[in-house]
Amino acid sequence: MAKRTNRKLTIGRFVRWAIFLGVILCVPLIFGGNRYHMYVATLIGVYIITIMGLNLTLGYTGQISLGHAAFMGLGAYTVALMTLNGYSFWLALPLGALISFVAGLILGLPSLRVKHHYLALVTLGFGTVVYLLLSNEYEITGGFSGLPGIPRPHFFGIDLSSDIAFYFLVAGFLVLLTVVGLWILNSRWGRAFQAIRENDMRAEMVGVSLLAYKLLAFAIGAAYAGIAGGLLAPLMKFIDPTSFPVHESFWFLIMLVIGGSGRFEGAFIGAIVVMLLPEFLRGTQQLFFVIFAAITLLLLIFWPTGLAGLSDVFFRRVLQRTPPRLTK
Amino acid sequence: MTNILEVRGLRKKYYQLEAVAGVDFEVREGEILGLIGPNGSGKTTLFDCITGVQRSSAGEVRFLGRRITRLKPHSVYKLGIGRTFQLVQLFPGMTVLDNMIMAIQESEGTLLSRLFKLDESADVEKAIALLEFLSIIHLKDECARNLSYGQQKLLDLGMVLMSDPKLIMLDEPMAGVNATLGKEIGERLIELNERGCSFLVIEHNMRVVMSLCHRIVVLDGGKKIAEGLPEEIQRNERVLTAYFGG
Repeated sequence: MAKRTNRKLTIGRFVRWAIFLGVILCVPLIFGGNRYHMYVATLIGVYIITIMGLNLTLGYTGQISLGHAAFMGLGAYTVALMTLNGYSFWLALPLGALISFVAGLILGLPSLRVKHHYLALVTLGFGTVVYLLLSNEYEITGGFSGLPGIPRPHFFGIDLSSDIAFYFLVAGFLVLLTVVGLWILNSRWGRAFQAIRENDMRAEMVGVSLLAYKLLAFAIGAAYAGIAGGLLAPLMKFIDPTSFPVHESFWFLIMLVIGGSGRFEGAFIGAIVVMLLPEFLRGTQQLFFVIFAAITLLLLIFWPTGLAGLSDVFFRRVLQRTPPRLTK
Repeated sequence: MTNILEVRGLRKKYYQLEAVAGVDFEVREGEILGLIGPNGSGKTTLFDCITGVQRSSAGEVRFLGRRITRLKPHSVYKLGIGRTFQLVQLFPGMTVLDNMIMAIQESEGTLLSRLFKLDESADVEKAIALLEFLSIIHLKDECARNLSYGQQKLLDLGMVLMSDPKLIMLDEPMAGVNATLGKEIGERLIELNERGCSFLVIEHNMRVVMSLCHRIVVLDGGKKIAEGLPEEIQRNERVLTAYFGG
């Protein structure tokens, strides 16, 4: 019996990976001819990475962060400034991730004292400060004139400046960070993160160091956003502070909630749906935000577990099976 | 007999109100010490101060000779003091099995080793054995929030047992549990006690207290008003006054 369940799980896992990698490979085959479509597809990849990070901080550990756009900005500006000054992208990106990681550690500190909307306010303040720094320190960041002409990287001599090549670079990072994310969340860290979300007082009583785990949850989530930012800069080839405004963090939050907070697939579903919806609703023009807000509200009221929760219903009612969980 | 836990002059003040007003007592190694007193006499606050959930205003707590007065809850736990709560404290959105493993995972290895530890079969085995004993094994993959109150109480106790603590502090273990189950819990506690585990138990059910505890400490208004064997306590004038009025 135990053997059978194990095998089933492996098949389920194989199918999921096949779909995931299949979709990644199919996108350039179908949309490869259209530069705009490839740009949107690559952008979705970048956002999925950010939302994965936010999901770890908010969805799994229960620590709200409205500073994710700022973390993304830190990564993007690090990569932009370094590559424009002749340093390698492959040096700049890890450094960008590291800077975001350290910023995440520091921003994690208030989470030890404040919770929920108070923590939201603190992280919102952080987002504002980073935005103001980026726009006012124009001697370094170029202010609102931005940083134009960010080069796209090479990979062992392969030029990644074409849209399809850069798409595969982002896709490669997406796969890598998915593996890392799944590893972290399925390890004991993942369980400790969830314990903090579920009942931080009891978590502390069973030996969970809130200091270590809350800071880690923030820092890892921030590092994901930093890497996403580091990929965003060469994708856009131009960044300015308005690429990372405070309200961008709210969009990340909406993406995560629509996809399913605390569900691994939630980041993927949320980023794809929220990014593609404007493309499909383009005909509605001014009405777009009204329709979008209505969809979000309806989803929050009737399906607080997000679209990932809808798949559970399909598994339970239609297939009469326990829905698979990607993480513990 | 050596003292496993020593509490000396412990005080906890909330502005004007002194919830614990200088309490001294000790738990001897291998004994079951009962802590009783009317509502609001400071029993749970005392528990909170010992386990580090609340900071005591004054006084000292020693566990196995080591001062633990200002330690954080997780450090106290790692030293070997397990505790249940008056209102059950679980991880509601996690499965029963994950709740059980969560209770032990942080006491072994380093932070980094927990990221790379994959084989949990020993912990799972231990959890399953305990869940079997507590007769909630059929619920092991259920979310903790879906359990009935009695079952949650058992899970809470199971989590404490996971870490093999030297001292177990139980806050009303029998409240809301049916008589048969209560009897079973009592038997399990005695069995654990015979294996060398010491207990500090808050309980309102006098029959349980009198039959289970070796010694009893009585609190009233944040002060210790009596201490002694169950028979002595039953005859103590001050205790009777505190409980039934003068």
